[in-house]
Amino acid sequence: MGSSSSNMNNIPDGQQLLQETGFSAAHIVRLYERFEFLDKDNTGHLRPEDLETVPDLDKNPIGARIIGAFFPPGKETLDFGSFVRILAHFRPADSNRARDGAQQEPANSTTGKLRFAFQLYDQDGDGKISRDELLQVLRSMLGLQVTEEQLQCIAERAIQEADADKDDAISFDEFRKSLEKVDIDHKMSISFLR
Amino acid sequence: MTWLHFLSISITVWLTLLFAFTIVPAVLGVSIGIRRLYLRTLLKIFEWATLRMEMEAKEKNQQLYKPYSSGIIVKEPPLSLQQGIQELRGSASCLHSEPEFEIADIFYFCRRGVESIVDDEVTKRFSAQELETWNLLTRSHYNFRHISLRLTVLWGLGVLIRYGILLPLRVTLAATGITLIIVLTTLVGFLPSRELRFFLTEKVHVMCYRICVRSLTAIITYHNRENKPKNGGICVANHTTPIDVIILANDGCYSLIGQAHGGLLGMVQRAMVKSSPHIWFDRSEVKDRHLVAKRLSDHVADKTKQPILIFPEGTCINNTSVMMFKKGSFEIGCTVYPVAIKYDPLFGDAFWNSSKFGMVNYLLRMMSSWAIVCSVWYLPPMNREEGEDAVQFANRVKAAIAAQGGLVDLIWDGGLKRAKVKDAFKEEQQKLYSKVLVGEQEQGDNKSTEEGNPEEDKSCHGSANGQ
Repeated sequence: MGSSSSNMNNIPDGQQLLQETGFSAAHIVRLYERFEFLDKDNTGHLRPEDLETVPDLDKNPIGARIIGAFFPPGKETLDFGSFVRILAHFRPADSNRARDGAQQEPANSTTGKLRFAFQLYDQDGDGKISRDELLQVLRSMLGLQVTEEQLQCIAERAIQEADADKDDAISFDEFRKSLEKVDIDHKMSISFLR
Repeated sequence: MTWLHFLSISITVWLTLLFAFTIVPAVLGVSIGIRRLYLRTLLKIFEWATLRMEMEAKEKNQQLYKPYSSGIIVKEPPLSLQQGIQELRGSASCLHSEPEFEIADIFYFCRRGVESIVDDEVTKRFSAQELETWNLLTRSHYNFRHISLRLTVLWGLGVLIRYGILLPLRVTLAATGITLIIVLTTLVGFLPSRELRFFLTEKVHVMCYRICVRSLTAIITYHNRENKPKNGGICVANHTTPIDVIILANDGCYSLIGQAHGGLLGMVQRAMVKSSPHIWFDRSEVKDRHLVAKRLSDHVADKTKQPILIFPEGTCINNTSVMMFKKGSFEIGCTVYPVAIKYDPLFGDAFWNSSKFGMVNYLLRMMSSWAIVCSVWYLPPMNREEGEDAVQFANRVKAAIAAQGGLVDLIWDGGLKRAKVKDAFKEEQQKLYSKVLVGEQEQGDNKSTEEGNPEEDKSCHGSANGQ
């Protein structure tokens, strides 16, 4: 590719995405190229199969869940706007971004990132990570490498540690509390080139 | 009358020039140096063009961004799964003495997964690489805009030259080359004396390949020619385009191996076989690994036969990396002569993206580029060492080729262009993670599962088709 003048005009909702997500124009153009690259049949939408062609994602134990996060139940296609909005969760948090009171919580705040991670565990979206859901995630991450008993044991310990109100499930607040010592911003951020 | 006159004179002049400046040197094996001069001029023009674009863009105060050839994400040194997770937990002041599951662990996989959606090492190898400077071809500049009149005029001029002058010239040459190869190899095939046949075959082949090289305006620099492949061995190279064959055959005689085609290509193949031993397989025979291996070893055992040219990647890669070598050719047990080929994409990208372009379209693009510039390095011969199996040998050769050509050495299978990752890779990740969780003392319980899977581990390195 050679250089190009800012062609944000070609990108659907380009200006709006700039403001909403906080990505720079260069980032958005770059992400659009990546989107077009993944969109092999040029429909302007991504389908789960398009994301499955990335080998690194395929070998990731929770690859299927991550793809699921891009395609919530009922949605078969992903347009560029949704693609960028989800990726916005992984922008490093900006500490001195001016916010007026009415503005929504930005996607890349600590809470935003936590919500994304919570969603990966909580597949049925009821706001709680049940024991079953925890077991499912553990099974994905460990495969056949551990026995059923070991799995139950691990899940049991994890729930006991995090579950404060003893309802045998982990709510979003309990989730957040158990992670308060983790540097969420660093661990759930992707450093984009300037 | 005068028009006819004019036409005939210009055609005569054209053909004479052609003959004098390209075909005669090709036959004699001499280079006049026109091509290098041509390159230098072009380079100056490209640099000027890029500079102008930047200036114009600045004037108009538009945002101009340079393509990131290194990707969108900052590249950090790769951590193993264990290190990655421990780093994650380290920030959570782990109180437990023994390793165990943390809810935060999912962040590690999540982040890795999303990073690979944004940018990954493998999928971009299957499309043409990006350039830093513009080379006046719209095909390498997807967002061409009318930045300045001067540039557009220059680009228009470029199109005229490329399609009006260079393309017909090259097509003529290519046609001459192919006709010559068919006619001459058939003629040589009729000769009775075997030595005479060998002698002449070499001469004929090299001459025809030289004509073909000129028809592409390929400017090739050969390094370390003392390591050129010898009889009774196998020559192994990285694969970017079918033109690789012409590039290598320009400098020596090789036996080619491949599928027998029909049509024009089939005619060329049959003609070539009459005078020198190539190995062409029928479609059905290709699947039979043992048959293939047998024919290869028979050919190699005969020391009078030329070295076989093989591309173990099995598919065309975009010349920024070397992908997994299929182990079939490394099992035969003869000397392997590695060759690294690196193209300079500035004057014309030689990579054949077979999912995007058919063969004819590709050749047309090749012949209407400015030039194909490449370097060929002949590496010292390698043999399989004691206790080394075919896969390790293949990886060793691959590493040598990647190092010499300045290419990234990837473990991934080129077959990923069309197929999905094998489950074994995912299992490997799961295994690593379980080690972090359940620690070393639990290895005893897992030993039985590990012993049961050594075959699976091997197939993880082998290829889908096994050749």
